[in-house]
Amino acid sequence: MRSWTFFLIAAAVGAVVFFGAHLVVQNDYVYFAGYTVLQFVVLATAWNILGGYCGYVNFGSAAFFALGAYSTVALHKLAPMPIPVLILIGGIVSGVVGLGMGYLTLRLRGAFFAIATLALAVVLQTLIVNWDYVGGSRGAYVIRPATMQILGFTINYITYLFLVMLTLAVLAITAARAIERSRLGFGFATIRDDELAAEASGVPTLRLKLIATTLSGGLMGMAGAPFPYYIGFLEPSSAFGLAYAVNSIAMPMIGGTTMWAGPLIGALLLGTLQQIATVTISSAVNLLIVGLLLVVFVIIAPKGIVGLVQDRRRARQKP
Amino acid sequence: MSEPLLRIEGLSKRFGGFVALDSVDLEVQPGERLGLIGPNGSGKSTLVNCICGTLQNEVGSVRFQGKALDGMSAHERTHIGLARSFQLPRPFASMTLMDNVRIPLIYTVQARAGAQRTLAGLDVRCRELLAMVGLDGKARQWPRDLTQVEMRKLELARAVAAEPKLLIADESMAGLSHSEIDDILALLLRLNEQQGITVILIEHIMSAVMSFSQRLAVLVSGRKIADGEPADVVNDPEVVRAYLGQ
Repeated sequence: MRSWTFFLIAAAVGAVVFFGAHLVVQNDYVYFAGYTVLQFVVLATAWNILGGYCGYVNFGSAAFFALGAYSTVALHKLAPMPIPVLILIGGIVSGVVGLGMGYLTLRLRGAFFAIATLALAVVLQTLIVNWDYVGGSRGAYVIRPATMQILGFTINYITYLFLVMLTLAVLAITAARAIERSRLGFGFATIRDDELAAEASGVPTLRLKLIATTLSGGLMGMAGAPFPYYIGFLEPSSAFGLAYAVNSIAMPMIGGTTMWAGPLIGALLLGTLQQIATVTISSAVNLLIVGLLLVVFVIIAPKGIVGLVQDRRRARQKP
Repeated sequence: MSEPLLRIEGLSKRFGGFVALDSVDLEVQPGERLGLIGPNGSGKSTLVNCICGTLQNEVGSVRFQGKALDGMSAHERTHIGLARSFQLPRPFASMTLMDNVRIPLIYTVQARAGAQRTLAGLDVRCRELLAMVGLDGKARQWPRDLTQVEMRKLELARAVAAEPKLLIADESMAGLSHSEIDDILALLLRLNEQQGITVILIEHIMSAVMSFSQRLAVLVSGRKIADGEPADVVNDPEVVRAYLGQ
């Protein structure tokens, strides 16, 4: 209970500090950059539920993210709705596809599972490219309003999107933390460690894997749902971009995959670095930064930053 | 005779053209200690995997307490009282010993009872289980810190945590010294005599099998060639031929 209180206070303080940065900097770019960083916090946390907790590496993150984004495009054309509703729908659509992916890949593990998820991304991208209603290969414009009314205050729409993503990030991290410390989290960890031994201990591994693929896919879709409003013009190559797949894997790996804090640290570190590189050098070096950091971390801290800290603590505790 | 705890009838399993099990019949009575022996590749582990649901048999049936297990998954079989230890220890490497034995408690015992034990209650039970195998002093350590015999004991503690009616110990003594073998034997005997758990012991160490088993079954090339009193079975000419050649 005490740890939950601490966590919630820390999350609230973190959110306020993040939001307060704007008041100091007085620059709208903080919101643009902050949105992207927070979006990666959600994506990395979502990836980690399946990849980190269960040990199933998903190369198809971009597909789930794009599904959320294209759900928004489709609904925007059909009947415009508030962003929170679009996030919910995007989450449900991606969650259902995640469940389907789980069913189709129940017997696959390791590289085979990873390749299957990559194939899913290719199949979905092909479908979207050929679906005219959502713009097909030409892409689709989603014109966002300039401002938004919240509780009588008029705020810039980008600020609103930033707040939405901030809320989503806090929700994703809270969900990941709750899972990690629950019966479900224990079950996920047994799947990662040894599936055969897990079954022999009474863990319903197939059911848990389906829960993980659904939750993970759903959260990724939720991260993608507000994206068309953020970017204004959505095309398959940007929604299914390599950066989403690579970052959502690299961020938890660098932060640490066994704890909720790992993806958060990785996303904040890598996301911020990429934003700085974008404005100071070029956005083209973003993937180079990810690659270099991954190589460094694989060599010096294969369990990520969190793993490194945990190992040092354990070493100190040993007599 | 009472209803057998486990009844296997005409069980066959093939891997491509290789016949791993060929019409195996076997019965195990409640509370019994059965030794199952056979040369390498005779089908012992395949039989265990078919009983425990890791593999599904193509022909024949496995009944546990009169209930057919066909199509039942491995975890469902654990829930109804079948537990096993593995030939090569398979601990949950990222978890402490406490958490290793906690898993069957929360996923089998609680699921079976449909009730939630308190966290404190779970901790007490985990410590009891680790104390039973002599690992209570290492409750907060990780499997990587354990010796081979301790790893075997952890396997057994985790299997017993599921509160099974039948425990299949698959080569729990392989690679251990004489005193360590005695330790494991004493543990298995306690489980059988004090907790009433039926035990199938699969082992190559004949002295251990002979001192533990009330009955002995022999598998050779996927077929059961003998089943009876241990002293009679080891003198059976067909068993001698299978082990020592013509």
